[in-house]
Amino acid sequence: MFGLLALAALVLVGCRQDMHNQAKFEPYEKSDFFLDGSSARVPPAFTVARDSVDPTSSIYTGEDDNGWMSAVPYVVDEAFLHRGQQRFDIYCSPCHDNTGAGNGMIVQRGFKQPPSYHEQRLRDMPIGYFYNVATNGYGLMSGYKAQVKLQDRWAIAAWVRVLQRSQNVPEGSLSAPDREQLRHDLQNAESSTASAHAAGAP
Amino acid sequence: MTDNKPETAQIFGKGSNQVVWLTIILGLAGVAGAGALLFIIDRGPLHTNQGVYVNQDVPFSHDHHTEGLGLDCRYCHTSVEDSAFAGIPPTATCMNCHKTVWANTEMLEPVRDSWQTGQPLEWNRVNDLPDFVYFNHSIHVSSGVGCESCHGPVNEMPLVYQEHSLQMRWCLECHRSPEDFVRPKDEVFNLDWEPSDEGMSQKELGKKLVAEYGLEPKQNCSTCHR
Repeated sequence: MFGLLALAALVLVGCRQDMHNQAKFEPYEKSDFFLDGSSARVPPAFTVARDSVDPTSSIYTGEDDNGWMSAVPYVVDEAFLHRGQQRFDIYCSPCHDNTGAGNGMIVQRGFKQPPSYHEQRLRDMPIGYFYNVATNGYGLMSGYKAQVKLQDRWAIAAWVRVLQRSQNVPEGSLSAPDREQLRHDLQNAESSTASAHAAGAP
Repeated sequence: MTDNKPETAQIFGKGSNQVVWLTIILGLAGVAGAGALLFIIDRGPLHTNQGVYVNQDVPFSHDHHTEGLGLDCRYCHTSVEDSAFAGIPPTATCMNCHKTVWANTEMLEPVRDSWQTGQPLEWNRVNDLPDFVYFNHSIHVSSGVGCESCHGPVNEMPLVYQEHSLQMRWCLECHRSPEDFVRPKDEVFNLDWEPSDEGMSQKELGKKLVAEYGLEPKQNCSTCHR
């Protein structure tokens, strides 16, 4: 048995890891070469990445000559809005919650509550404003340009508009069947509340 | 004289046959045993690190941040959908919340130091493929391979361990029969997903999805060893 262990030890000592750990850097691998110990480098000053957008252009700043842009500089179709919803739910809903009311989990755990998208001041804001906040942050909120791509930030801004609309549809703008459905739902809600009260529920 | 050769001149004694058999049997057992030993060591956590928790300077809990708070994987691993590397978040991502939440705890001291000095945090790698293996997260994620299929229940791990061996035979299990693992593309980041959610067995659903997504995982050497 001792002989076997000795043999195994010999064989294992023979195992080298040169091919496993080659003289190249994997992403974010530690480096002994650079002073900060990181193999990942930041772009040198006064350079831009090949696919980057001119940081003074409207599509990047969200502003044009008249102030905040009032339209999304992309084709807004269903797929674009769904993308916005998905990105919103990933990056924004932790604080703003899925409806935009501002009761997300991080707020419940102590982060300052953001304003609801459904207050009049924000309903009146041009869409470029929401794009800008998503990009550069506002108050305690950090900017998300490092985490969310340019087009996705516009998609998120578009989704914020959808959320605002979803909570504030004038009854007169509904189609007749939708209006009928709404009346029906409201009646149901009222009667179920009434019966719940009757049953002694708060 | 040549006729009277004494018996004592025999080279082999009476026990010789037994010695020969013993040598043969022990020798064979030794070779087999050494082979078995190597086999066990090769597939076990001693060699693969499978199932071994990795300590970190900051004891970041995936369990707390995903199960507890409901964060999506992509909130931090931002490049997983369009790059080979899933992405380790910069300290700035931690500070999105931790500039005010748990902002004075000792546990987060290294994070605040990193934020102030700009010196990146050092994380100890958990899932490390050999450098001669090419792997790309985005193609797997966009083909309907869930995070969980490779990483296990990360959403329930306080400290992360490597769920699978990451050996070649393990990769090939899925490359040979993707229908055993593939899931709907919009459930890739849902680690609580079960095939029964679709009302089907994994095999039925997998076959359907493989056809629908046109999945043809390659088994060429050069697919991964390029």
